[in-house]
Amino acid sequence: MTLEFTPDTRPSKVSSAIRARKDAGSGAVIGYLPAGFPDLSTSIDAAVTLATNGIDVIELGLPYSDPVMDGPVIQAATQKALAGGFRVRQVFEAVREITSQTSVPVVVMTYWNPVTQFGAQRFADALAEAGGAGLITPDLIPDEASEWIEAATNADLDRVFLAAPSSSEARLRQAVAASRGFVYTVSTMGITGARADVDAAAATLVGRLREVGVENACVGLGISTAQQVREVLEYADGAIIGSAFVRALSDGGTARLAEVAADLASGAKVS
Amino acid sequence: MALRDAVGPYFGDFGGRFVPESLVAALDELDAAYREAAVDPEFQAELAGLHATYTGRPSIITDVPRFAEHAGGARILLKREDLNHTGSHKINNVLGQALLARKLGKTRLIAETGAGQHGVATATAAALFGMECVVYMGEVDTERQALNVARMRLLGAEVVAVKTGSRTLKDAINDALRDWVASVETTHYVLGTVAGPHPFPTMVRDFHKIIGEEARQQVLDLTGALPDIVTACIGGGSNAMGIFDAFLDDEGVELYGFEAGGEGIETGRHASSITLGRTGVLQGARSYLMQDEDGQTVESHSISAGLDYPAVGPEHAWLASIGRATYEPVTDVEAMEAFRLLTRTEGIIPAIESSHALAGALRLGRDRGPGTTILVSLSGRGDKDVATASRYFGILDEGASQL
Repeated sequence: MTLEFTPDTRPSKVSSAIRARKDAGSGAVIGYLPAGFPDLSTSIDAAVTLATNGIDVIELGLPYSDPVMDGPVIQAATQKALAGGFRVRQVFEAVREITSQTSVPVVVMTYWNPVTQFGAQRFADALAEAGGAGLITPDLIPDEASEWIEAATNADLDRVFLAAPSSSEARLRQAVAASRGFVYTVSTMGITGARADVDAAAATLVGRLREVGVENACVGLGISTAQQVREVLEYADGAIIGSAFVRALSDGGTARLAEVAADLASGAKVS
Repeated sequence: MALRDAVGPYFGDFGGRFVPESLVAALDELDAAYREAAVDPEFQAELAGLHATYTGRPSIITDVPRFAEHAGGARILLKREDLNHTGSHKINNVLGQALLARKLGKTRLIAETGAGQHGVATATAAALFGMECVVYMGEVDTERQALNVARMRLLGAEVVAVKTGSRTLKDAINDALRDWVASVETTHYVLGTVAGPHPFPTMVRDFHKIIGEEARQQVLDLTGALPDIVTACIGGGSNAMGIFDAFLDDEGVELYGFEAGGEGIETGRHASSITLGRTGVLQGARSYLMQDEDGQTVESHSISAGLDYPAVGPEHAWLASIGRATYEPVTDVEAMEAFRLLTRTEGIIPAIESSHALAGALRLGRDRGPGTTILVSLSGRGDKDVATASRYFGILDEGASQL
C-alpha cells in the first residue's frame, strides 16, 4: 500500500542550488561527510572545504550506533566520532558553523532513532534555526514518515527520501510526492562505498523517476571519480559522493580533501 | 478483537518497517508469499511433514517434581523444545522460512545468530534444501559459542565473525541487513526472532505458535486445566511469543517473560530492554530498546549469548504496554543457579537462555506456593553452554580450557 502525500512546493535552498547548476548546463555535486569526524572542529572545516572546492550541497552525516546503509569506510568514521564523544546536539552546532562560513546548503543525513528521541519537531526546529536545509533519512520510508513530514513542513525544511532500483512505480510516485529538495536515487542494490562502475541501474531508475514527475533526482552510492560524476550528470540532476571524501579526509586531512573535492567537482564542469 | 488476531505491521504503537527503501520490495514480496503460504494447505502440510519427520514434533512436556521442590511446591511442567532437531525451538521458524525462500526462488540463506542456535538451524535447513548459507555472528559470540561455530561450518555454512560495535547479536543483525540490501534478488534473510521489520515479527511468531498450541493441549490432557502461569526467557522473544500466543486470550493464564538481568539492572550491564528500555526504533521496528538519551544503542550484557540483545520484538513491547504479559529481569547468577538445579535434580541440562525462565519459575513458585501450575518453555538444550557453565562453576580440570 502506498500513501498520498501533499508535495511541499515552497522554494527550497537545495532545489535552488541544484537548479542553479542545471541552468548552467551541468548538475550538482553533493558531498557527504560525518559530523564529529575526526573531531567536531575538523569536521566543520572539512565541510567548508567541500563548499570552497566546488561542492554544491553538503550532506552532513549524524553518527549513529547502528548504521545499516553505511559501508565500512563511513561506518568506521562515524564509530570513531561516537567513540570521541559525539553528541547529537553537536550536529546543530556544526550546521550553524558551516552555514556561517558558506552559503552552500547543508542537509543532515540521519537514521531515524536519534531524531525521534530528540523529538521530531524539536529536531526540525533546531536544525532550521541553525541554518540547515533539511534531512535525508535512509531508514525512514515515506510510509512511516508522517511525523517527520509534518515537522519538516512546519520548519520549512527539505525532506529527502530514497528511491531504489527495486522500488515499484507506486513507490517511486510516493517518494517523489513525499520528498522536497531532491530524491536520493540509490544507484545500486547495496550500501555506501566507492565502486569501479556506478551501476547502469542508476540511469534506468532516474528515467523511471522522470516518468513520475521528479524535480531533482540525485544519484548516490559508489561515485568516486570525476569521470563517474560526469557520467551520472548526463542523466541525473546531482551526483552524491560520500566514501571517497571520507577516505580523503581520513588519509590526508582537509588538504587532501580539498584536492579530491576539486577533482571530483571538475566532473561537473561544463566543457 | 482477540489478542491472537494481531497480525502487524503494528502491535499497538510498536512494529512497522523502518528500513532502507531497497528492502521494501523484498519485504512486500515476503509478506505476500507468507500470507499466501499461511492459508495454503499444501505449504502447511509440507511444513507439518517436516516437523513430524525431521524436527521431531510434537515435543513432549515433562513434569519436574524434584526441581519444583525448590519452587515452593508449585507444579512445574517443561515444554521440551530442547528435544527438537538441532537442539532448540529455532528450527520451527527456520524450516518455515526456508520453505518460503524456496517458494520465492531464492538460492541463498543468510542469518544472524547470537548463541549460534539460530545459525545452526539455518545452516541445517540450507543443507537440507541444498542452499548456500552465510551466518553473521558477533566476534564475541564466536568465541563463547565455538562449538556452534564448528557445527555451522560442518554443515557447510560460512560463518562471518562481525567485528563492529559490541561484536554481539545486534551487530550481526546489522551486517546481515547490509548483506541483504546488496543481495536481495537471490537471498532470503532468515531473521531469527520476532523482531525486525514487518512481516518478520508476525511470521516468526506464527512459525513458533506450534509450541504453545501443542503445550496448551498437552497441559490440558495432563492436568485437566490450563496452567496458571506460562513463562519463557526473552531475548528478541521468539520462543516466548511461540508459547505465549496460544494463551493470549486465556484471561486466567498469567504470562511472564524473563529478560537477561546480567550482572543486575542497577549495574547497567544487562539486557533487560523492556524493564529498563524506552521506546525507539532499531533494526526495522519500533519497540523498547536500551539506548542513551541521544538514541544511540547501549551495549547489552548477558552470560547468555542468545539473550544479549538490546531490543525486543514489538509484540512483546505491546503486550507489556497493555499489561497482558509481565516482564522481569533474571540475573546471570540466578539463571546459573537454576541451570545447576535442573541439571542436578532432573538430569536435563538446559540452555542458559532457558535457565532464565527456569529461575523465573522458581521465583514465581516460591511466591505463589503449592497448587500453582507453571508451564516453562525450555527453549533449548545446554550442550552449547557446557564450556561456559564449566568455567562458571569452576569444574574444569587443569589443561581442559580447550573445551
